[in-house]
Amino acid sequence: MSTAYTPPVLTRPLPVPTPLTKPFWDALAEHKVRIQYSPSLGEYIFYPRPLAPRTLADDLQWREISGAGTLYTYTVATRPPSAHFANEGTLVLAIVQWDEGPKFSTELVNVDPADIRVGMRVAPVFCDYPEADITMLRYEPEN
Amino acid sequence: MGLRGEAAILGYFELPPQRKLAREKTFNLEQWARLSKAALDDAGLDATDVNGIVTPLIGEADMFVPSTITEYLGIDANFAEIVDLGGAGSAAAIWRAAAAVELGLCDAVLVTFPGTHDVPTHERRPFEMNDKMYFGASSNAYGSPQAEFEIPYGNLGQNGPYGQIAKRYGYEFGYDEHAMAKIAVDQRTNACATPDAVFHGQPISIEDVLASPLIADPLHMLEIVMPCQGGAAVVIGNKNMAAKSKNRPVWIKGFGERVPYKTPTYAKDLMSSPMIHAADQAFSMAGIGREDVDMVSIYDCYSITVLMSLEDAGFAEKGKGMQFVNEHDLTYRGDFPMNTAGGQLSFGQAGIAGGMHHVIDGARQIMGRAGEAQVTDCNRAFVTGNGGIMSEQTALIFEGE
Repeated sequence: MSTAYTPPVLTRPLPVPTPLTKPFWDALAEHKVRIQYSPSLGEYIFYPRPLAPRTLADDLQWREISGAGTLYTYTVATRPPSAHFANEGTLVLAIVQWDEGPKFSTELVNVDPADIRVGMRVAPVFCDYPEADITMLRYEPEN
Repeated sequence: MGLRGEAAILGYFELPPQRKLAREKTFNLEQWARLSKAALDDAGLDATDVNGIVTPLIGEADMFVPSTITEYLGIDANFAEIVDLGGAGSAAAIWRAAAAVELGLCDAVLVTFPGTHDVPTHERRPFEMNDKMYFGASSNAYGSPQAEFEIPYGNLGQNGPYGQIAKRYGYEFGYDEHAMAKIAVDQRTNACATPDAVFHGQPISIEDVLASPLIADPLHMLEIVMPCQGGAAVVIGNKNMAAKSKNRPVWIKGFGERVPYKTPTYAKDLMSSPMIHAADQAFSMAGIGREDVDMVSIYDCYSITVLMSLEDAGFAEKGKGMQFVNEHDLTYRGDFPMNTAGGQLSFGQAGIAGGMHHVIDGARQIMGRAGEAQVTDCNRAFVTGNGGIMSEQTALIFEGE
């Protein structure tokens, strides 16, 4: 006997925080951006780690940053990156560079693709998903 | 530092890629055996000469892959290595095999990359989609940085990130979409001189490329590889094996490799690819200059990969790659022969074996076996591998006697 294969219903995957990354996600839930800083390196880092990248210094501290930044690059994805995004429409896949230095993978929202320019100032948009107990950080043009 | 140039490619086999499998379905392990046998026959070597293997990941094993393969083929291997560097894996496997030969560990090493993922199924072992198939090169495992910080934003697969790289390139250096299209057009000309190419007999124009759908702005469909079913194998041996082989030996004179990150978001400078280090090391090891190579085979999953590799490997000035492409004829009969069998863009990308296409492109030219696409008096080749999102890159230099 064979049974027909029924493909699962796929929805956008949402992040699941880990014990180590929880302070970042807790801050997003309060609509704040908090990332790690290494005093010995003199740099902010992202994503969260147990030790500073390059030096492996054991001095990482959580610090709140403004969340403002510039658009480093983007692409307009006219096709879903995977089947999970089939109902999400056109995505603007973006990399934002925070004023404090690190870069962040995100999406641009509330913008006409024709108006997007690399190097433009962007501001955080906090998107709450109460059903998953998570807040995602997207960006829109400043002003 | 490095290789002495005493290990050589002695034979190869490359299955003609097929967009849909028309051959019998076989498992990766069966492919491993048959591809290897064909490459040994091409070299004129015996299976009993082989005492080393290098393999990519295969479908039938998640762990203990090398020993599964040596058992399947009956090889008492002194060196059994698995390489997990995506599209850089083939070039990476070649220098690892050469190093094993030069260290005296092996007489002959099989480097075999099965590239047919359409494998048999059974009603009790049906095809099932898993995270690996859904998310491609990104890991969705709990605790994976990709699962937490990339996949939820749709930053997965290849099209989006390569589009982001091309966009940034345009911002920093300017963008000439005609030059980008010309890369695909010249390679298609080469495919039209290569009967095994999947697009043999189908020439294209710059207008065709620019009229094809925009997949990941600014990249068009015809600037992006076509996934195919195929596979490839290469035999590498020492001087004794070279004397026994019937082909002109292709000596591996230099290599370089760099593996700095997984996701382009975290590149220190996205416009300075790992190829800068890889190519410098390869040329320095081989003791030759850029002007000394007779052909190049540049990993070409996307047109932007080719463009930036030409710059970062030192053939074109940084930011002037598009001008370089416009000023040179990149076909097999041109002044800068590149991807002379069509590259993956026009020969076809047989999964993980796609990177081996460039290794074999270089070896085929130096052996003088490229037929209509033969580059006259071809003695030195520069070959690249590229894995992930320009995040792991390898360079090789080949030389005929």
